[in-house]
Amino acid sequence: MIDNAVTQTNETVNAGDIIVSTRGLCKSFVKDKPVLQGIDCDIRRGEQVVVIGPSGGGKSTFLRCLNMLETPSAGQIFFNGEEITAKGVNLDQVRARMGMVFQHFNLFPHFTVLKNITFAPVQLKLQTPEEAEKKAMDLLRRVGLEEKANAYPSQLSGGQKQRIAIVRALAMDPEVMLFDEPTSALDPEMVGEVLDLMKQLAEDGMTMVVVTHEMGFAREVADRILFIDQGIILEEGAPETFFGNPQMARTQEFLSKVL
Amino acid sequence: MAFWNYLCKAFEKTFIREDRYLDFLTGLGNTLIITLGATILGVLIGALIAVIKTIHKQSGKLKVLNWICELYTTIIRGTPVVVQLLIMYFIVFASSTNSVMVGILAFGINSGAYVAELMRAGINAVDIGQTEAGRSLGLSRGVTMRSIVLPQAIKNVLPAIGNEFISLLKETSVIGFLGVMDMTRVAQRVISRTADPYFPYIAIALVYLGMVCILNYFVKKLEKRLAKSDR
Repeated sequence: MIDNAVTQTNETVNAGDIIVSTRGLCKSFVKDKPVLQGIDCDIRRGEQVVVIGPSGGGKSTFLRCLNMLETPSAGQIFFNGEEITAKGVNLDQVRARMGMVFQHFNLFPHFTVLKNITFAPVQLKLQTPEEAEKKAMDLLRRVGLEEKANAYPSQLSGGQKQRIAIVRALAMDPEVMLFDEPTSALDPEMVGEVLDLMKQLAEDGMTMVVVTHEMGFAREVADRILFIDQGIILEEGAPETFFGNPQMARTQEFLSKVL
Repeated sequence: MAFWNYLCKAFEKTFIREDRYLDFLTGLGNTLIITLGATILGVLIGALIAVIKTIHKQSGKLKVLNWICELYTTIIRGTPVVVQLLIMYFIVFASSTNSVMVGILAFGINSGAYVAELMRAGINAVDIGQTEAGRSLGLSRGVTMRSIVLPQAIKNVLPAIGNEFISLLKETSVIGFLGVMDMTRVAQRVISRTADPYFPYIAIALVYLGMVCILNYFVKKLEKRLAKSDR
């Protein structure tokens, strides 16, 4: 296992096609209890990657490392060919180009919906207040929530909150969207509206990395499935082969339980 | 009947004669100015310290500042407020003649050390997901703290800050030590003229009590309203 952790420092990553990649990515929160034990992964522009696996296997940690919300213990992460695990990288600029959607939405409760969406782009001077507002309203119209622009998050349903959270990330014009179990905290009847929006995004060609337990979504939308367990990518492949003909015993066992 | 007569006479002596009620009003004004000024200063200092300590804990940065904050809280919480007041008045600001200002500074600096702990608890009570969401949008640590976390933290601790205001209102009565004409000091001065301690002291005690009761009422109301909006 530990051998997987050896980093391949000199390997160059092609920036044109590959948008995010990891080499020997390791993370442990407590000593001697690694959560990630050496993950090598390339995510291509326009690709939809769905990450599945048992709880505690490291999926979320993997995703949260991609925008350095968690600092890896070892290994490298590249974004557009730039090593963002290197010292002195301006992570704020990197994160501004990677959208993230959380399980618990994490909308700002003291801002209106509109301000939730426009705050970051205006604050970071990526858009003028007028541009940001226009863009926000366009996006809200697209998800059918324009009448909620001046509402506060507490006045929204879970599904609406998550759609707003997705819009908030999209307003930054991200190059890749990271989804951390976006439907796990939702009431069942609200899962559909969020997944529909994510499918739309996928059809529009957004690069997406999605950690989820929604196997139907994975099968339908994913270009590639990553099965992460015990901190490594145990198996990966296109959904047809992955679901139709899983190779590893552990994968077969997992799929027999969830399908 | 004799008691009633005493009350009327004492009231006249204490408040009416030589327009002494004006002195009491000035004293009450000074008490309120010092309390309000010290609370505002305390909240500013407390918020600053809480932010520094939180950022230090989260990221290990700001080592020196964090050390200064630790030193500050240790000294302030480890010495009596009257001693701090005397040091401020006779050593630090010995050349200043504005004793109300010195009082605001002394009580504000004192209060800051206590408010810092309140604010820290308030910041900790804000879901870490708020910070993560802010950072994931590319906002810096400072902007996330200032615009996302702190407003929610302050809302959390608003009732506690109200209580701090109430206890400061009472604490400032020791500022008479410095000859500042707060309400307590005015009562003492009047007594030195009328030689009747009972009426003025009971009277100002009732004024303090009345103010505290009113403020308490508003803090309770605030608590209720905040609890409702969280639901």
